[in-house]
Amino acid sequence: MSTLAVHDHGVAHHDDHGHEHHHNQSFLSKYVFSMDHKMIAKQFLITGITMAVIAMILSILFRIQLAYPDKTFPLLTTLLGRFAPNGRISADFYLSLVTIHGTIMVFFVLTAGLSGTFANLLIPLQLGARDMASPFMNMLSYWFFFLASVIMISSFFVQKGPASGGWTIYPPLSALPKAMPGSGMGMTLWLISMVLFIASQLMAGINYVSTILNMRTKGMDLWKMPLSVWALFLTAVLGVLAFPVLVAGVVLLVFDRSFGTSFYLSDIVLNGVQQPFEGGSPILFQHLFWFLGHPEVYIVIMPAMGISSEVMSVNSRKPIFGYHAMVYSLIGITVLSFIVWGHHMFVTGMNPFLGGVFMITTLIIAVPSAVKTFNWLATLWRGNIRFTPAMLFAIGMVSFFISGGLTGIFLGNAALDINLHDTYFVVAHFHLVMGSAAIFGMLAGVYHWFPKMFGRMMDEKLGYLHFWLTFIGAYLVFFPMHFMGLDGVPRRYYAFTEFVSMQRWLTVNVFITWSAIMAGCAQVAFLYNFISSIFIGKKATQNPWESNTLEWTTPVEHLHGNWPGEIPTVYRWPYDYSKPGAEHDFIPQTVPFSETMSSNLPQDFEDNPAGLEELNKFTSTLKANEQVK
Amino acid sequence: MGFRKFINSKTLLSFFAAFTLLGTNLLMAQTEAAASTTGQPEAPQVDWTGVAYYLLLFFLVCLGVAVVGKILKIYDLTLQIQGKKGLKWNTVMAVVCLVFLLAGLYGAYWSFTVQGSMSLPEAASVHGVEIDEMFTVTTVLTMIVFFITQILLFGFLFQYRHSDKRRAHFLPHNNTIEKVWTIAPAIVLTILVVFGFFTWQKIENSTNVNGDINIDITGHQFAWEIRYPGKDGKLGPKDFKLVSTANKLGVDFKKKSSFDDLSADTIYLPVNKSIRLNILAQDVIHSVYMPHFRLQQNAVPGLPTFFKFIPTITTADMRRKVDDPKFEYLVYCNKICGGAHYNMQRVVRVVTEAEYQSWLSRQKPYLTDALRKELHFAAAGQQKTESPNRLALNN
Repeated sequence: MSTLAVHDHGVAHHDDHGHEHHHNQSFLSKYVFSMDHKMIAKQFLITGITMAVIAMILSILFRIQLAYPDKTFPLLTTLLGRFAPNGRISADFYLSLVTIHGTIMVFFVLTAGLSGTFANLLIPLQLGARDMASPFMNMLSYWFFFLASVIMISSFFVQKGPASGGWTIYPPLSALPKAMPGSGMGMTLWLISMVLFIASQLMAGINYVSTILNMRTKGMDLWKMPLSVWALFLTAVLGVLAFPVLVAGVVLLVFDRSFGTSFYLSDIVLNGVQQPFEGGSPILFQHLFWFLGHPEVYIVIMPAMGISSEVMSVNSRKPIFGYHAMVYSLIGITVLSFIVWGHHMFVTGMNPFLGGVFMITTLIIAVPSAVKTFNWLATLWRGNIRFTPAMLFAIGMVSFFISGGLTGIFLGNAALDINLHDTYFVVAHFHLVMGSAAIFGMLAGVYHWFPKMFGRMMDEKLGYLHFWLTFIGAYLVFFPMHFMGLDGVPRRYYAFTEFVSMQRWLTVNVFITWSAIMAGCAQVAFLYNFISSIFIGKKATQNPWESNTLEWTTPVEHLHGNWPGEIPTVYRWPYDYSKPGAEHDFIPQTVPFSETMSSNLPQDFEDNPAGLEELNKFTSTLKANEQVK
Repeated sequence: MGFRKFINSKTLLSFFAAFTLLGTNLLMAQTEAAASTTGQPEAPQVDWTGVAYYLLLFFLVCLGVAVVGKILKIYDLTLQIQGKKGLKWNTVMAVVCLVFLLAGLYGAYWSFTVQGSMSLPEAASVHGVEIDEMFTVTTVLTMIVFFITQILLFGFLFQYRHSDKRRAHFLPHNNTIEKVWTIAPAIVLTILVVFGFFTWQKIENSTNVNGDINIDITGHQFAWEIRYPGKDGKLGPKDFKLVSTANKLGVDFKKKSSFDDLSADTIYLPVNKSIRLNILAQDVIHSVYMPHFRLQQNAVPGLPTFFKFIPTITTADMRRKVDDPKFEYLVYCNKICGGAHYNMQRVVRVVTEAEYQSWLSRQKPYLTDALRKELHFAAAGQQKTESPNRLALNN
């Protein structure tokens, strides 16, 4: 019977299985080439975590080089071979490490790993849909992502090594294979990987937008969606509009590298040899890159913000303060993020007036971010706070977002940027907002929705340990970097040993490296917790966090189609926590107002005059009874 | 499951310990050999902290954590068995948050004072002083916000920690306060923007004014080429197609202005005079970065860029200010340009007018003898002895 009901709703994707009966799924179609959004979410998560571990190891390698520029490590030669001759990482490979670390972290971990996981998991579940609009395209988006990851890692195994022009790969450095070893085959592989990655993101993004706009359950209007879905929705819109521009930039770069065009190249003399390129401008690439690049960082942070809002609300037992303002801030950030890209290019020599315009728009975008921060603080105020690991990570996200966001105000000011551009000040800024705030949002999501993904609970104490070590470690690593930047220490420098003025930062480098190693080791606590809890974690109840949102109304055991029988109808917004007069301190979205007469408020019936009538009748009866007493 | 059996196996643990020790021995032997080959006169310092040492250390720490975790778990369970409430982890976390706030505030203060004082000395240019003023204003404003918000964040976490005896305060929104905290930041940011916009416009104005000293600085992998204009005060134009071994910058000698240009390997600047840097790169993007002057501009192949500034503190004066007799102003490359990006520097010296003129007069011309030969010019010092001999021509 339940099978029939499921068939009725999910006809389209069942046909694509190529199986007669959806119960008899082979291992391949259930775990590998799955079209179920929950499985795809887990695939994105596992791949994202794997890539994160790889990129973290890369960062420890180059941090060792920065801390001990004069020491030899024979083990490095054993492990890295030609990339680390005589126990020292070569200068070219150092740049490769930095490049691939950045590329993997920004794209593969914080874009695919973050929105890929949570959009896939939460959108159908929190909106009351059986699955995504196109489960087949959803599956393809994962497999393109996986392929892109494999190709990116494979670039370590080519003769000249991976791409090494920085994750921003500006031409002419990246366009001329002879300019550095990493601009050869490694760069080609990087470009191929990115094209596949962007294809993955576009397929995914279109799916998310369609599902959110078309497949919400009865009663779930846009203003009843949880903030996590709003954030993922706007992130997907940003991605769909911005990623194609990077594809354009990449395609033109491929042409310049392989087909003799001059889109980005002009007047070049490399190693004493004139190059036959004329008429192009390297600045064109920067515009195309940053037109994606800036929305990209909002693609990275918005899901983290949405997840944190959700987690903080549930664990403070309070509605998120200013739900509408939070949504409008997200929309504001989305729209504004398209007109600020030039703030990455203040010192390129472009027309100063243009720089001034970008400065104005950049400082405007600080306003919605500030509004969100104040709203989070107000959510905590007079709450009843439960410290689950997810809550701690959400709070950590807010702390990092404050620290990192404030330094953005310095960098957005073009005049101040003159001395800070491409220094460690920038490194500190983006690591605090992306490498700390966004990753903490992702971890908060992992801890919070682990029971939904795997039907088991993660260990809470290990979670606490993981949080404090990582939180403290991240601040220890990135706080000193601000002052290095203020002292004029440039980024992407292989060593500080060539400049007398940088000698005083050598001990700080050692301190930062050891803090990074400590924070890196702390991730072992997470990995052990995550992996072992999947198999031997305590079995979860249906709604372990006592949350209001729809995903906790599905059974613990995964069901293709999510709900056995009818999809629940939604009556209220997701933030009825600690409502005065209510029996419990939470009221799920699926509970009709008729069942909660004691806690209904007039504002609950803004679009429902009949309900308001009933409420008035109820309250007047109550008052009459009281008077009688 | 099998996993548990694997971890619990004592035999396996002992094998692992033996293996690690053996491995350490092997690695120690390697390091010892390496140390002895350096031929140090004093007792060879063997670095016995190899990789295995650190791995073992990490393993021991993990073991320690596991032991402590088990102890806490058992303590918690025994309390529950006795009918009492278990460890109040919520309160523990709330207290740790408060401790973190206090430690963090102290840490931030320490970082600001100790590491903050390790930053650049006062700006050595006119516009640099304005930039530093704006920086101070921005810092004061942002730091006020930083301290207030972080204190509120961690303070609330402690103050509003969970209690079964109360409920959270149901306040979904308050439009007035939303307006307040939207408009207030907007005003503050508008002030910063306006301040910044006009400063930026002034700084980036690089129009060539009569009296500016134009200096040509060209970046390539991995050095900067410096060229000064000669007596005519004008730099000759460049064309990348003319680059050759003797003509590194591709200076176009069809124009008169090129002939008196000088090449230099240090940048000398007369104090309190307007300097206009003509910036270009030959192969990939580089960037001219002189942090002491608050100066940065990308050097882009095919796109000449400029930066005007007035240096105000001589090298000698700055040496006194920072109490370092060997201090030098430097140009750094600040845009990733290849393997040796980290070592592309030139010394910049700010000197008095007299010292500048004397230094300038000692600089060699860009048009070297080798270049003259290449361009088929008569050698320097030779008179123009070409006799047209037109009578011999038959046209």
